[in-house]
Amino acid sequence: MQVPAPFEYERATSVDHAISLLERLGGTARLIAGGHSLLPMMKLRLANFDYLIDINDLHAELGYVETGPDEVRIGALTRHRELLESPVLAAAFPIFADAERVIADPVVRNRGTLGGSLCQADPSEDLSAVCTTLDARCVIRGPGGAERVVSMEEFHVGPYETAVADDEILVEIRVPVRPGCGSAYAKVERRAGDWAVVSAGAAVWLDGGAIVDARVGLAAVGPNTTGIPEISAALRGQEPSEGLYEQAGAIAARSCDPVTDQRGSAEYKRHLAAELTRRTLRRAVERARS
Amino acid sequence: MTTVHERVDTFHDNDQKPVGYGRMLRKEDPRFLRGRGRYVDDVQLPGMLHLAILRSPVAHARIVSIDTSAAEASPGVRAVVTGAALAQQNLAWMPTLSNDVQAVLATDKVRFQGQEVAFVVAEDRYAARDALELIEVEYDVLDPVIDARRALEPDAPLIRDDLDGKTNNHCFDWETGDEAATEAVFARADVVVSQDLVYPRVHPAPMETCGAVADYDAVDGKLRLWSTTQAPHAHRTLYAIVAGLPEHKIQVIAPDIGGGFGNKVPIYPGYVCAIVASIVTGKPVKWMEDRSENLISTGFARDYIMRGEIAATRDGRILGIRTNVLADHGAFNGTAAPVKYPAGFFGVFTGSYDIEAAYCKMTAVYTNKAPGGVAYACSFRITEAVYLVERIVDCLADELGMDPAELRLKNFIQPEQFPYTTKTGWVYDSGNYEPTMRLAMEMAGYDELRREQVEKRARGELMGIGIAFFTEAVGAGPRKDMDILGLGMADGCELRVHPTGKAVVRLSVQSQGQGHETTFAQIVAEEIGIPPADIEVLHGDTDNTPFGLGTYGSRSTPVSGAAAALVARKVRDKARIIASGMLEVSVADLEWEKGTFRVAGDPGRSVTIQDIALRAHGAGDLPEGIEGGLEAQICYNPSNLTYPHGAYICVVDVDPGTAQVKVRRFIAVDDCGTRINPMIIEGQVHGGLTDGVGMALMEMIAFDEDGNCLGASLMDYLIPTSLEVPDWETGFTVTPSPHHPIGAKGVGESATVGSPPAIVNAVIDALKPFGVRHADMPLTPSRVWDAMRGQARPPI
Ligand SMILES: Cc1cc2nc3c(=O)[nH]c(=O)nc-3n(C[C@H](O)[C@H](O)[C@H](O)COP(=O)(O)OP(=O)(O)OC[C@H]3O[C@@H](n4cnc5c(N)ncnc54)[C@H](O)[C@@H]3O)c2cc1C
Repeated sequence: MQVPAPFEYERATSVDHAISLLERLGGTARLIAGGHSLLPMMKLRLANFDYLIDINDLHAELGYVETGPDEVRIGALTRHRELLESPVLAAAFPIFADAERVIADPVVRNRGTLGGSLCQADPSEDLSAVCTTLDARCVIRGPGGAERVVSMEEFHVGPYETAVADDEILVEIRVPVRPGCGSAYAKVERRAGDWAVVSAGAAVWLDGGAIVDARVGLAAVGPNTTGIPEISAALRGQEPSEGLYEQAGAIAARSCDPVTDQRGSAEYKRHLAAELTRRTLRRAVERARS
Repeated sequence: MTTVHERVDTFHDNDQKPVGYGRMLRKEDPRFLRGRGRYVDDVQLPGMLHLAILRSPVAHARIVSIDTSAAEASPGVRAVVTGAALAQQNLAWMPTLSNDVQAVLATDKVRFQGQEVAFVVAEDRYAARDALELIEVEYDVLDPVIDARRALEPDAPLIRDDLDGKTNNHCFDWETGDEAATEAVFARADVVVSQDLVYPRVHPAPMETCGAVADYDAVDGKLRLWSTTQAPHAHRTLYAIVAGLPEHKIQVIAPDIGGGFGNKVPIYPGYVCAIVASIVTGKPVKWMEDRSENLISTGFARDYIMRGEIAATRDGRILGIRTNVLADHGAFNGTAAPVKYPAGFFGVFTGSYDIEAAYCKMTAVYTNKAPGGVAYACSFRITEAVYLVERIVDCLADELGMDPAELRLKNFIQPEQFPYTTKTGWVYDSGNYEPTMRLAMEMAGYDELRREQVEKRARGELMGIGIAFFTEAVGAGPRKDMDILGLGMADGCELRVHPTGKAVVRLSVQSQGQGHETTFAQIVAEEIGIPPADIEVLHGDTDNTPFGLGTYGSRSTPVSGAAAALVARKVRDKARIIASGMLEVSVADLEWEKGTFRVAGDPGRSVTIQDIALRAHGAGDLPEGIEGGLEAQICYNPSNLTYPHGAYICVVDVDPGTAQVKVRRFIAVDDCGTRINPMIIEGQVHGGLTDGVGMALMEMIAFDEDGNCLGASLMDYLIPTSLEVPDWETGFTVTPSPHHPIGAKGVGESATVGSPPAIVNAVIDALKPFGVRHADMPLTPSRVWDAMRGQARPPI
């Protein structure tokens, strides 16, 4: 049995309570949401914390998917399973369900959360790629209830590092709603439930026949999950075509920075970046049109 | 020899339990399904302490110093023990199953990452685990030997300097077959194909990891050991030899075991540590390894680097097979195989084909990796042998431009040639290969699949059809040839019928999930007509069962199954004499009809086995010379192994863009002789096929160049899930074993043996348009993509 080092544990009763505990305990404490990233690291003693602050009782406050006129707002404690089953997301952003179907397994999805996924900032993590693709904003709350809103680019500081400070908490993700949107996600994994060898998300916004805007987000191909502005630039104003997807794929392949590991060679991952960019763009356009 | 072939069993109603063979639900399942199984980790004894092991973080290093003082002072800690302390008791080293030695706790050097260095005994497992962090070990790190190909280079670091006079990393050489005769057939063959193949290191990864609870009673001197063992009796004897405890004072208990697959055949240092800890502290001590410990330190399987060569005539007559093998045995040779078989049963690499000559030369080396060749999962290296022959036969088909099914059919050993002595000296007991192959082809719709493939290829789609035909060799084994550390591989069995006609049968083998409590009840039921529900099967406790060598290598049914049938016949013979007294007729006038003796010609006069049981224990006279009671004991020594066979066909689709392999269909036709419980057989086959998908497509224990194990968790070492496997299509033929009392052969490992080459052959077939002739396992998307670009690389 793998057991973590000793730690103390408290259940937060509100977001502000959680923040006040974080403020007091500083870097020796960690929030625990679904626990599916944190606990495995603690059991292997790769991460040791003196205190865990459990935010699962805040699900009523932080677990939701709500639509507004310009944006869809998703609470940080929304679970994978809720994202997978949300009719709002299925209608507006099918990329979520595409991704959720291939994230981990039902046991993990029942507990793991959107906030935990983004804050873990694992370079292979799928929801960061989804949020990057959709140009989502992250709402971070700190001491005294102060809130700031950052882009995904700002949110991701580096592998396993985010803009969330020791005494802050991610409370919400806001996904802008623009007309003519289609989105899709694809992942290559060695086995169901495995982390991505490479995955890619694509979103396009069409007006008439032309692409008004397009975004691609890749996971597992570099230290950071980032959008690829060059792809957006190349697609804007164009009519969708196989040639265009080809071009986007080529940009994806050369814009990423994969490493060779047990999941595959860097060369193969680069190839997949191109292949999955083409596939998801094709699918996103199909969806935008239907 | 009769051969019966049918597609599937008719499904008997499970409520109508057969009195004998047939489908019936497993007797053990209610307790597993209700969470009432009792595994080693469920054993709780008053005052029990917990043991945790400190393991080496590096692959090769000299131990400079170990400081345990902080750990000793840690709360709840009762003892901290190092190799030096064990050495004082002469317990720092123990023999392996292959006459090598292995460190219980390292004294001089560590030789693989994960090797046992010290242990802590504490009041709970948390305290034990926390104290491990406080042990300070200073290592002087040495260059490791990781690539087996480099192990024998003159400047390779010496791993086993503990062995007197050892100057290199050579473990053993072994050869079989006739080198000159093989050379001769190769010289005159029209076609010779040669192919390098790697069977990478994989791990059995049973769901339950290894562990033990040791309870030494200092007053009566008795040691009780609950442990995750596939061979409790053999372990008891070895503990007696190693620890110097008298054997009658050792009781080894294998309770419910959560999967073995060979992983639980060896004695691991952890078991010995638990025993020592219980003796030292005077308390029961539990040791249960975690998943990472299981994956990095316990018995692996395979790790063979092979060159296969096959010689044939232009029209596809196979003349000879030759192979050269480099075997990686890790830091200590812990191979579990009969002593005369250092390469296990790899000698059956000639497969199912009638050829003129064969030869194998093998060199085994030590490397700085976990010890082994220990776990075969499966069949004493037959997995490697079958992979080799079935892969090179496909390479030959490719070279000849011949259909791989046709090539196999053309070269099969023919039914009238059995018993057939292979060119490496194995005597195949029975077989009838063509009907098995034809049935698989018919179930698959083979010709139709080939047509579909042609159409798909024209459209640029990648579809592959792979075939493997295997002959297994199971049921070790005849005592004239086979022993493990001097212990013959015969099995005892004891049957006792109670006065009310219920029975208890005591086995020397025990189950790790194979369903012994059902199968063995059915074997006895078939012979004496007592329903399986009325037969209790006891196994896994050395104080309460007869001696035998345990469950592995699919040996339970071939060896202990025979013992169970014969002991039941012995009881029936006695019952017949008692019946003759009861019915007042001579023994010769009695007819047996499952469960009842009738007077010939007067069927109204009869007694049941239950009547007889009561009479045997009751008042009144018994026939002259007959003792009371109705029980018997036997020790069965098999005269030969049994040789199951099977034909497997796999259909895969490969995504041309991502190189992902999807196993679309898998047809498995198995012939394991007489079928006792077809449902259990199918379960064994399903499990083995799934294992095969794992090995073929994803499993591998990899190491980096420093010897760090890269497969230390189930996130890194992938095993397949239900989503990677198709709905299995199973069929069977029946070719009974002529020398087994009920004609049964083993089946536990057939599917693990047969499926990897079928899957690999299918993937290679799919990649034909790219000119691919071979690519090594595991065929992960990345490695398949390499192959598609003509850059297939060995995985190690
Ligand atoms: C077997 C397995 C397979 C997996 N496969 C995949 C996969 O294929 N793809 C994938 O994307 N993910 C995968 N995951 C990860 C899974 O999605 C996790 O649930 C997710 O990464 C973390 O979510 P969590 O709620 O469990 O976070 P936790 O483990 O609870 O927390 C993770 C980190 O985030 C911090 N945190 C959590 N919530 C907040 C918050 N609101 N504000 C600030 N910090 C916060 C925690 O302090 C911690 O540092 C897998 C996990 C497992 C166990």
